[in-house]
Amino acid sequence: MDDTIEITLTVNGETVTRRTSPRQHLVDFLRGELGLTGSHVGCEHGVCGACTIRLDGRAVRGCLTLAVQADGARVETIEGLTESSEISDLQRLFVERNAAQCGYCTPGMLLTAAELVAAGQAMPRAAIRDFMSGNYCRCTGYQAIIDAIEHVLEARFGAPAKEEG
Amino acid sequence: MKPYPFKYVRAEGLAAVFQQFEEHGDDAQVLAGGQSLMPVLNMRLSAPRVLVDINRIEELRGIALDGGEVRIGALTRHREVLESEVVRTHLPLLAEAMPHVAHVAVRNRGTLGGSLALADPAAEMPACAVALGATLVLRSAAGERTVAAEDFYQGLYETERRPDEVLTEARYPIAGPGYHGAFQEFARRQGDFAVVGVAARGRVESGVLSELRLVYFGCEGHARLARQTALAAEAGGRPYTPQVFAALKDALAEELDPMENMHGSRATKLHMAQTLTGRALQALLARAGGAVHG
Ligand SMILES: Cc1cc2nc3c(=O)[nH]c(=O)nc-3n(C[C@H](O)[C@H](O)[C@H](O)COP(=O)(O)OP(=O)(O)OC[C@H]3O[C@@H](n4cnc5c(N)ncnc54)[C@H](O)[C@@H]3O)c2cc1C
Ligand code: FES
Ligand code: FES
Repeated sequence: MDDTIEITLTVNGETVTRRTSPRQHLVDFLRGELGLTGSHVGCEHGVCGACTIRLDGRAVRGCLTLAVQADGARVETIEGLTESSEISDLQRLFVERNAAQCGYCTPGMLLTAAELVAAGQAMPRAAIRDFMSGNYCRCTGYQAIIDAIEHVLEARFGAPAKEEG
Repeated sequence: MKPYPFKYVRAEGLAAVFQQFEEHGDDAQVLAGGQSLMPVLNMRLSAPRVLVDINRIEELRGIALDGGEVRIGALTRHREVLESEVVRTHLPLLAEAMPHVAHVAVRNRGTLGGSLALADPAAEMPACAVALGATLVLRSAAGERTVAAEDFYQGLYETERRPDEVLTEARYPIAGPGYHGAFQEFARRQGDFAVVGVAARGRVESGVLSELRLVYFGCEGHARLARQTALAAEAGGRPYTPQVFAALKDALAEELDPMENMHGSRATKLHMAQTLTGRALQALLARAGGAVHG
């Protein structure tokens, strides 16, 4: 019943083919089969966001997608985003603002924030908070994380239009 | 935790889904966005023997204007609904409610059909479907049938859908001029399931409400259409005033029976439902450009 299935996908730009058990979710696959341990496993029920990765260009929960479902897909992880320098300003600001302490939530935070940055516009602080609401951090108290993202958005796109708080 | 083992079948079309239903009966379960099903499997609260992945069935995707209706395929992701120009223009209530459905990464993957089929008592989309008078389309090997959203929801996670049916589409009628919607929700945090919420839709003429539909979620076992409360708000054709609001609160206390849970007692939830109804009606009247009273 637990027969493995062969899948082929692109991970951080490289094509990989592996066999996987149907019940293995995508983060376990990335960590266990490919050794990409940047994506973390927290709650495994969609609540904490530590497992956030990019699937076909969009941030998703790695624990709520099966590896078999990623057959033919394009997957990106924090390792890939780091290598491409796509979010090097975000990463630098996370360090400067002390937005990473134990670091467990950080890859997920960065992947979610990357989607916000990719949207290409400045945002008021409250909207950044709403956007980041699906990622838990047990260390920083969030302020430093929002500071870092706010700074990057302003540096890239200018100050947000002042209308809502 | 990890799920119990299951067989995985990727369906390329609906026929393949029906075949799995035929072979495995209740042991086969549809996997759409997986944003509600996967947590349940990971926690081993459920153990279907066969998962039928419908994510590659193209005919289940898309948003289309079709005569007097907006048709949304079951596999359309929450994000696609949120970003749709057609939805924003013709179903502003859906566009207003969708940011309250979970968080970005969950909306990128979760589907409208999954949300409507699951029937979580605190979910936004079932309530909006009932408020907007939507029709749900169900298909099985035997053929297709349609069910009005307000008849679809029967109880706690209980719907009109038979185990051998796939929800293929939701059809939302486009309202004419004079109709307005409003959505109010109280949640602990942006994107969390509602503690209490209300989806409202009605007609406004010179500050007078008619054809009002008030649907509550996070209260009873399923999205609850409160007809008596709507009648009280319509006040026999008189304009909406603080006196009407007082009468409406009494009617809601009679009609709505909120479930007590970790978020609050029956009394707390009723109070929230009353307050949110007041805010929703204010917003609805304001959108109609009418006078707004406290
Ligand atoms: C952290 C978190 C927060 C969330 N917050 C909210 C929230 O605030 N509000 C909210 O409404 N939801 C919320 N959700 C749930 C989310 O909206 C889900 O996407 C949705 O409930 C189910 O859609 P899905 O496509 O993911 O379905 P799945 O998880 O794939 O399926 C759910 C159920 O529906 C059945 N099913 C799915 N599609 C069909 C179909 N077409 N025909 C027949 N049966 C079908 C499946 O067999 C399964 O039983 C949250 C989820 C998470 C993880
Ligand atoms: S591990 Fe996936 S959301 Fe927590
Ligand atoms: S830095 Fe420790 S959980 Fe966020």
